[in-house]
Amino acid sequence: MLDIVWLVPALPLAGFLLLLLGGRKLGEPLAGWLATAMCFGSFVTTVVVFFGLLDRPAEERHFTKTLFEWLPVGGLQVDLSFLADPLSITMALFVTGVGTLIHLYSVGYMHGDAGFPRYFVYLNLFVFSMLMLVLGGNLLVTFLGWEGVGACSYWLISFWFGSKANASAGKKAFVTNRIGDWGFMVAMFLAFATIGSINYSDLFASAADGKLAAVTATAIALLLFVGAVGKSAQLPLYLWLPDAMAGPTPVSALIHAATMVTAGVFLMTRVNPILAAAYDWAPDTIAWIGALTAFFAATIAVAQNDIKKVLAYSTVSQLGYMFLAVGTGAYVAAIFHMVTHAFFKALLFLGSGSVIHGMHDEQDMRKMGGLRKFMPITAATFIVGWLAIAGVPPFAGFWSKDEILLAAYDVHPVLWVVGLVTAFLTAFYMSRQVFMVFFGKPSWEEAEAHEAAAVEVEAEATDEATEPEPVAVEAAHHDHPEPHESPWLMTVPLVVLAGLAVLGGAINLPFNHDFKLLEQWLEPVVGASEVHIDVATGTKVALAVLAVALDVVAIAVASVIYLRRRVKPIEPKVLEHAWYYDEAVTAFVGGPGEAGFEGVAAFDRNVIDGAVNGVATSVRGTGRVLRLAQSGFVRSYALGITAGVVVVLGYFLTRLSF
Amino acid sequence: MLAETLHVTPAWYLVLGSLLFGIGAVGLLVRRNPLVMFMCIELMLNAVTLTFVTFSRMLDDIGGQTVVVFVLVVAAAEVVVGLGIIVALLRKRPEATADDLALLEG
Repeated sequence: MLDIVWLVPALPLAGFLLLLLGGRKLGEPLAGWLATAMCFGSFVTTVVVFFGLLDRPAEERHFTKTLFEWLPVGGLQVDLSFLADPLSITMALFVTGVGTLIHLYSVGYMHGDAGFPRYFVYLNLFVFSMLMLVLGGNLLVTFLGWEGVGACSYWLISFWFGSKANASAGKKAFVTNRIGDWGFMVAMFLAFATIGSINYSDLFASAADGKLAAVTATAIALLLFVGAVGKSAQLPLYLWLPDAMAGPTPVSALIHAATMVTAGVFLMTRVNPILAAAYDWAPDTIAWIGALTAFFAATIAVAQNDIKKVLAYSTVSQLGYMFLAVGTGAYVAAIFHMVTHAFFKALLFLGSGSVIHGMHDEQDMRKMGGLRKFMPITAATFIVGWLAIAGVPPFAGFWSKDEILLAAYDVHPVLWVVGLVTAFLTAFYMSRQVFMVFFGKPSWEEAEAHEAAAVEVEAEATDEATEPEPVAVEAAHHDHPEPHESPWLMTVPLVVLAGLAVLGGAINLPFNHDFKLLEQWLEPVVGASEVHIDVATGTKVALAVLAVALDVVAIAVASVIYLRRRVKPIEPKVLEHAWYYDEAVTAFVGGPGEAGFEGVAAFDRNVIDGAVNGVATSVRGTGRVLRLAQSGFVRSYALGITAGVVVVLGYFLTRLSF
Repeated sequence: MLAETLHVTPAWYLVLGSLLFGIGAVGLLVRRNPLVMFMCIELMLNAVTLTFVTFSRMLDDIGGQTVVVFVLVVAAAEVVVGLGIIVALLRKRPEATADDLALLEG
């Protein structure tokens, strides 16, 4: 049963190839259905493999499927192999599961788009790459997927490449990710140079034997973390993720919230034995960067007005939580939060996509309000997502976030405080978003009033062609700004994800060991390096109560400000501009950075190329001088030969004689 | 008697060879007519051939004479080619000297 693990990535690959060759011919909606079916098939296969693993005793739950020898070069042996173990199958399950739902949603969302088949080509390629990343049996296969998801992310961010902003957002994501990829590659080289293999099994064996020097382990772990920082949008490389919202909203949900951006967390969890063999300050660095990112991004999210930007910064913040968990050694909590986050953040993104769809491509939250009457299903599911991310029990986010805060509390109180403040901010900005979008007075009418004249002309122009009656024109005009609920294709995934966001916490309830299903399941992979939290039950309960109380306070404060409008909102410009970090980086790269690169380019042009060209010039110059000897006069050649003979003869005669 | 007083030793042949060689070399340097220059080269070649034969006799080694046979064959072939070129040249430009034929200068 485990043998079919290769089918998991093969099905989306087949979908990709089919769509690439015949996508245009299939057209809408068949191309979308094919892609969805392939993703669903992959999900079913993963479930089969999951049960296959479950059949085995805990310590035998790993299976390597080698398809073929990929790169046999000297001492380097790289196979195209898949590693099925609890960690990779957990990832594959939610990648394919959430992926299928988002494919389904996309069929509705991308309706009428000229690039419909092209969109699904990318989407299936993405799922394939993500599964290669997750299932890879060595660092290189993982890297293949790593680069594949990066490329798909680039294509999908700049999917509507007609606008320059979208195209440059894609480029920004790609270039920023390259910085991280550098770390990944150097880590791979280092692993091969020191251990002689890049297979996970060999790496972990040498880490477990204690053969791996702490300094090497630290270097490999931190270099891989550089890669993770780029892919998972942590400080200082988070810049690309908010801009990545230029892509279609389902892409934001799938790639930039649920799956790809969690690849960094997955990678760090995957290499947990190496992290355990490293110096203590290596995981501490990861924890601190995670905590700071979580806090930093949460403060920015408070002052954003674009419905997707809020969610983007929220994603950065939640990823920070996951790295905080990884850094404190709470790998189970990290994966737990990754799974629940995939549910509720995909839900929130798809919900925002539904709102944008219903509001006719309006993304500014200040122009929304009162939408729950017009879009009941979207509103209900979005509210579930809100409660889940805010950490209100018993929704999924509460359980996973609480685990992380507990681990942070155990390691360092300051980390815990930062996490707690972030939790407060999270509850606050998500409440702000929900109140601004779904509650309060509808405010799109005032906003639309300004554009009314333009719309009317447009409406008349379009309607007169079919229905010249003035009454119909009037009706059409009133219809246009009114939001509407999305089609069933979009609401069904919302409802399913909402169900998961409610129940997702059930996979790892903290009451006693029997309820910690995820922890038992992941035990063979992370058990050796997992932190053992030694906190009394009373303290645990107190911490949880404190966190929930803070959440409630945050929601209350947000309702006072944004629902009842009692207090004027404080949204400092510095937060709206994301602490001016983006501007600072732009200014730096555009100013001294560009000058520096120009300098490097000039060095390359003048010194490196100059040396090469200089050799050629000097050879040509010498040749020009020497050429003069070739006069073409036979007699001068003869004179030269004679003179030469005389000299040679003279030399020998003086030496030989007497 | 002339034959008694005048002993022709191998040195005579060597001197004759070097004289011929010198005449050839100087002729090659000072004359401009391609045909004459070519004859000078032949003169130098035959001077060397004479030397070979002389040494072959002096050292009682057949090798020198063997080389001469080879040189004769090669020289015959070379003369065919060389003369062919020169005749063709002079037909096209009857007044040409060696210095005029300097088209292959660098």
